[in-house]
Amino acid sequence: MPDSASEPYDLAVIGAGHAGLAGAVAASERGLSVALLDASGQLGGQFYRHPAPALGAVRPQALHHDWAAFDGLRRRLEKSDVGQFLGHHVWSVVRESGEQWAVHAVTGADGGDERPVRVRARALLLATGAYERHLPFPGWTVPGVVGAGGAQAMLKSGLVLPGRRIVVAGSGPLLLAVASSLTAAGARVPAVVEASGYLGYARRPHVLAVNPRKLAEAAVHASALLRHRVRLRTRSAVTEVHGTDRVEAVTVARVDPRWRPVPGTGRRIACDALAVGHGLVPQIDLATSLGCATRRAPDATTSLVLDDLQQTSVPGVWAAGETGGIGGAQLAGVEGELAGLAVAARLHGKPFLTEHGRARTLRRRRDRMRAFADAMAAAHTPGPGWSEWLTDDTDVCRCEEVTAGRIREAVTDFGARDARTAKLLTRAGMGWCQGRVCGTAVACLAARGDDGTVPPSVERRPLAVPVPLGALASLDEPDEPDEPDG
Amino acid sequence: MQCEILLPVPTSNSSDVIVVGAGMVGAACAYYAARAGLSVTVVDRGAVAGGTTGAGEGNLLVSDKEPGPELELALLSARLWQELTASLPPQIEYEAKGGLVVASDAAGMEALRDFATGQHKAGVMAEEIPCDRLGDLEPHLAPTLAGGFHYPQDAQVQPALAAAHLLRASGARIRLGEEVTHLLTQADGDLTGVRTATGTLHAPQVVNAAGAWGGELARRAGLDLPVLPRRGFVLVTEPLPRMVRHKVYAADYVADVASGSAALQTSAVVEGTAAGPVLIGASRERVGFDRTLSAEVLRRLAAQATTLFPVLAGVRAIRTYAGFRPYLPDHLPAIGRDPRMPGLLHACGHEGAGIGLAPATGLLIAQLLTGQQPAVDVGPFSPGRFTSVS
Repeated sequence: MPDSASEPYDLAVIGAGHAGLAGAVAASERGLSVALLDASGQLGGQFYRHPAPALGAVRPQALHHDWAAFDGLRRRLEKSDVGQFLGHHVWSVVRESGEQWAVHAVTGADGGDERPVRVRARALLLATGAYERHLPFPGWTVPGVVGAGGAQAMLKSGLVLPGRRIVVAGSGPLLLAVASSLTAAGARVPAVVEASGYLGYARRPHVLAVNPRKLAEAAVHASALLRHRVRLRTRSAVTEVHGTDRVEAVTVARVDPRWRPVPGTGRRIACDALAVGHGLVPQIDLATSLGCATRRAPDATTSLVLDDLQQTSVPGVWAAGETGGIGGAQLAGVEGELAGLAVAARLHGKPFLTEHGRARTLRRRRDRMRAFADAMAAAHTPGPGWSEWLTDDTDVCRCEEVTAGRIREAVTDFGARDARTAKLLTRAGMGWCQGRVCGTAVACLAARGDDGTVPPSVERRPLAVPVPLGALASLDEPDEPDEPDG
Repeated sequence: MQCEILLPVPTSNSSDVIVVGAGMVGAACAYYAARAGLSVTVVDRGAVAGGTTGAGEGNLLVSDKEPGPELELALLSARLWQELTASLPPQIEYEAKGGLVVASDAAGMEALRDFATGQHKAGVMAEEIPCDRLGDLEPHLAPTLAGGFHYPQDAQVQPALAAAHLLRASGARIRLGEEVTHLLTQADGDLTGVRTATGTLHAPQVVNAAGAWGGELARRAGLDLPVLPRRGFVLVTEPLPRMVRHKVYAADYVADVASGSAALQTSAVVEGTAAGPVLIGASRERVGFDRTLSAEVLRRLAAQATTLFPVLAGVRAIRTYAGFRPYLPDHLPAIGRDPRMPGLLHACGHEGAGIGLAPATGLLIAQLLTGQQPAVDVGPFSPGRFTSVS
């Protein structure tokens, strides 16, 4: 905690997942005053999502590997004097002066008793994680279609299954993990449908060889699936969902290397739910609003450009975990700790702290895991032919009910050329989710050339979450930095 | 081996006029020029409505303008918008909703009355609304207001859709994603076309409708036109059932619009939209092309909007964005021939009124292009007024 209420914290960490926790603990243990903010009421982020105590889960760790790592961080956090701001929805971060940042949040966004909170700090660590990448297809709005990550989250937090007979489809390493969790929880999984092959990994054998832990993980999932007789269909995709009030079946078709469906290969698989995921998208709204430079990651998502010590292109702002490119919880922990250490070194004026010992180990580990993440990301990048799944009447933007046909028309007839102008002309992406669900699809459809590749586009969302006007209007009232909970 | 230098193959394209800028003003220039019988090419470095047009609220206002050349332009535009609405599809969301300007006290009301009296002589319709009748027009307005004036000629369109449909209706050739790098002139100084990154376009006349970037385009012609960006933020709420029926704003707005100060000014303009969200403008500050969020701007806009409509306090803002009004030092647009370069016309610098003023601007430009007498005196809008060149 800062010495007095008017003093800024040394560091504000946004996001209490693996990266944020590791960063907060590392910085605090090196003598910094740290504020840790998260929208959720519990620590752990998406990966270490766990049931509320009221559900009485005896072994929440059963659905997690690496629970021990989380548990260890949590204990160190409890021993530290890190100010915890849970249930705080951060809507913006602004620079107040050269050396001071203001983190603006609202509390109680779910309960109605919303109140603005401002936390000031000398440095920022953005550990805001990721959200699911969705690619629409005919029938994706039928009840029973859930995100693969969403299915996992439901299971982890509420011990709920989305159905009894669940097809898992899309692309990416998450599919195997999800299928394995679903079967472990008692669901039948008639097929895992993966649009890519796994040959992509084989093209980078050296990367695999130095990441044995990842191979072991894959082996665990694979054997679990084998045990439950789950069929893995690679180079295939769910191109249509059948059913109106509820999923009744899906059509699975072979796809070519560009992800174009191969005519005549469609096959129906009966199921009552579909968990579909195409990997994750870094959640970088706060960073892009600050002007942080971005890069196109190997999986065609937009992530932050970071230096060797996790600092963004904006001095004083660090980032860790998925914000720098999708890489998973273990990498996030390593990057978070490294960032925490780097911030401490900077604020203490001891840059040499980042050159030896622990920092060096972390950097080496980070580089190795990043290389693996990049190889994996490249292997699961959506093929440019995916948009051929879409019929003109497929809804692309669910919030505003905008079809693929209308977006195509905005491009061909009315001069839209990117996601922003497609949005202006069709309202796609203007609804509640602010384009987080349809953003990838709209950007692909709006891109010139119609080859379906995901164009590099940085969407700006200066409001990272909705904010009541009343809370905005009373912004200046809390003149003193707020006290953390408890 | 020596490298062979490959020059891009020049693609030759000729038309009577090239309009630079595919925003609302460019679309209107293209539309009226084509209607006057000219062949038109529109070129833009980005997409249709990708600049200030896509960042505005679509205000078609007469209520905020004092008698003078801009009001004359606005009244002509208001008539033209009604005509356009008859021929364009309903997707442009034209709505003759009317404006309501409110005052918080008797002194403010007195000022509004004076202002409206002057406007009335210039042809603006305005009706005084005493405080006990404000609720008939806007049931959710704060009950403490002193009264207001209703301006039935104020209207609204969805600006991006209006520009896109008008551009399409023009039948002009449209070249998007092509940035104009040079203006081409003959030895005698006459304009012959423009060069873009991908080729050369030929035309004896070029219209600068590049909005906030109009000054930059002029610079590329070696000319000075002092267009500066004046930043504004808009707050967009979650979709709501119709709560706000008119364009509602407080009396201070008029003073802010006319101010030349670089400092931040905010005066909430609140309105509902056909799609459901309520839009809240309008802040003004001169900070260059900086999109960085200003918490202070949002605080002021939200505070002013919830003062007018207390019911909005519990409503969520789901989006905010910044736009850049093309601002000229005397707050009037540049419309007309550039005396320094034969063949070059300017149609930019409309500040926050470009959507409203676009049809009249387009009509005047078309009249100038074809040698007709302009419908209103363009003298006050002369692009040469900022230089000593005669």
